[in-house]
Amino acid sequence: MHIMEGFLPLAHAVGWNLAAAPFVVHGVRKLARQMKENPETKLLLGASGGFAFVLSALKLPSVTGSSSHPTGTGLGTVLFGPPTMTVLGGVVLLFQALLLAHGGLTTLGANIFSMAVVGPWVAYAAYRLARRSGASLAVSTFLAAALGDLATYVTTSIQLALAFPDPAGGFAGAAAKFMGVFALTQVPLAISEGLLTVLVMNWLAQYSRPELQQLRVLSKEV
Amino acid sequence: MRLRSGTILLLVLLLTVLPLALPSPAGQEEPFSGADARAEALITRLRPDYTPWFRPLWEPPSGEIESLLFALQASLGAGLIGYYLGFARGRNLSAGGTRERVHD
Repeated sequence: MHIMEGFLPLAHAVGWNLAAAPFVVHGVRKLARQMKENPETKLLLGASGGFAFVLSALKLPSVTGSSSHPTGTGLGTVLFGPPTMTVLGGVVLLFQALLLAHGGLTTLGANIFSMAVVGPWVAYAAYRLARRSGASLAVSTFLAAALGDLATYVTTSIQLALAFPDPAGGFAGAAAKFMGVFALTQVPLAISEGLLTVLVMNWLAQYSRPELQQLRVLSKEV
Repeated sequence: MRLRSGTILLLVLLLTVLPLALPSPAGQEEPFSGADARAEALITRLRPDYTPWFRPLWEPPSGEIESLLFALQASLGAGLIGYYLGFARGRNLSAGGTRERVHD
């Protein structure tokens, strides 16, 4: 989902940076408050960032004959909420832009918007809805991670279609083409990401009950 | 529904290996190339006149260095998770926790 350096026209690059900026600022504030209120969860925050680091480095083959990578943002979103995940995702994207020439500084806003804003917020909505309708922690976590992953790639497709409309089919035609590249490839990867996130969440539910209760992922009376 | 860790890992392995075993779609120059690169090719087809207006400040000098940095990224992340889980498990055991599965 990385839009490469220089591959968004100037106006689009500026626009997406402006769109992502308030989410990043809000995220940094929220993160600072969370760490002051619950300093015990700092290590878990590190592990959540680590999860996004590993998963976004894994380029996996998909049924479309193409390869792509998961995002790893679902876990941190369920634990700490979308604003905090925006910061962690931003760090991952900055690392990749500076050291791997993956993504870029001019496209950082667009990439943060898809992977660290839309993905986490979709994951959060899916998680809350699933929990409210009585789904278990595992099922809700799976849905959050898988749908957040997929939403990230749909967003990238839309961002590219806005910048590069199809000469014949316009925005819709280009969106369909970019989704053919990104979203379709991502379906099995999103399922993998959902499963891996459940794996880690199961361990956390077993060994980290105090933190999960403090973060209200698990209720206290259980 | 509670899947055991082994089952989950098996499912992920299957999802990863299956595409490699299936016959890949015809007409591809290179099977399993990156989706990012394919999007780049698609942009060039949609707008042949578009030239990127900014270059990365630094690029890994070779494919080997690039894989080194990707491996570094993955190991950093895996290290953080491994450290945390080991810490949590040890804390849990020393607090009189059990090895048994807790149900939520």
